[in-house]
Amino acid sequence: MTDTQPDFQAPDLPAEDNGLILPRRSFLRGAGTLTLSAAAVAMLAGCESAAAGSSASAADVSILNTALGAELEAIAAYQVGAESGLLRKPVLDLAVQFQGHHKEHADLLAKTVRSLGGRPVDAKKTYDFPVDQLKSQNDVLGFAAGLEKGAVSAYLGAVPLFQNRDLAKAAASILGDEAMHWAVLRNALGQNPVPVAFVS
Amino acid sequence: MPARRTPFGAAGGGPRKGAALRRAWAGPLAAAAIIAAVPAQAAAAPDPAHGKQIYDRCLACHAVAHDRVGPRHCGLKGRQAGSMPGFEYSDAMRATGFTWNRQTLDRFLTDPLGVVPGTTMTYDGIKDARERRDLVAYLLSLPPCGGR
Ligand code: HEC
Repeated sequence: MTDTQPDFQAPDLPAEDNGLILPRRSFLRGAGTLTLSAAAVAMLAGCESAAAGSSASAADVSILNTALGAELEAIAAYQVGAESGLLRKPVLDLAVQFQGHHKEHADLLAKTVRSLGGRPVDAKKTYDFPVDQLKSQNDVLGFAAGLEKGAVSAYLGAVPLFQNRDLAKAAASILGDEAMHWAVLRNALGQNPVPVAFVS
Repeated sequence: MPARRTPFGAAGGGPRKGAALRRAWAGPLAAAAIIAAVPAQAAAAPDPAHGKQIYDRCLACHAVAHDRVGPRHCGLKGRQAGSMPGFEYSDAMRATGFTWNRQTLDRFLTDPLGVVPGTTMTYDGIKDARERRDLVAYLLSLPPCGGR
């Protein structure tokens, strides 16, 4: 997606506050583990029936595995962010929470690959992150926002490829989550959180 | 500024309607039309800066300078497909025999899995010709890979 619109100014906040406009406590409350795992279970149930009905193909397994590789990298990236010492609360909580979502995505993808008879890819031993360019909280937020934006595009590019529609639905569900991450990170950067009507 | 596109416009009537509009202008007002249409014209020179923005869509998997889920893109121009040392390509990608240039990149990026069945780049592709042209221009402008 091209950010063709100017970012609007965040309301005046103390410089350190990074424009996190949401009430702080709402971050961790809304997304209870129960809700998420229930959704995950429902999706996985769909995937298992897909495996049984075998309308999923080796090509679908390959899509899931590519997505899994990207999720594993995102988990590692948030780890770098969280351990950088550059993030302050509540941004740090947010990063940890988002990392948790990526872990849930990765778990679900790996399980589904297995249930379809594939072998899930492993995390790489090392990742090349632009750590020398991360000097402030905003650098870390910008880095994370870029990854989330890319993830939205990647899932968007995967959804139409699945032969099995339940898997396409599960991928779309993850896409929605990544898009929320992207918007909240932009918001935290004081940028227009939702700059366009369509993601691409 | 790039024209705004919707998921429907890009695949459906949008571009064609634009073409019809341009044809309608082609008669008596040709000179004025040329001037007015230049910024939005698909026939204009490729715009690698716009291509760099399109490249944001690739950033879940690629970087210019290092391998991620996908291989690094530095030095792509003139490179054999599937030839970056140390990256685990699919057999399908290695077997293409492609050398990356404007034509091969344009074909591949239109429909990666259609053009290279079995590729692990499980991405639907860039369907809009202008976006693809600019993206390819950007990819071909990338510097050679540094020492490593
Ligand atoms: C979901 C992850 C993913 C996304 C998104 C993605 N790629 Fe890829 N890309 C890959 C993988 C994996 C490979 C290796 C494919 C293989 O070996 O079959 C690859 C290979 C390539 C190659 C061949 C490179 C070589 O060394 O031969 C090019 C060119 C390329 N991608 C361009 C792009 C562009 C441009 C975009 C954005 C429009 C993009 N990719 C988006 C994962 C991705």
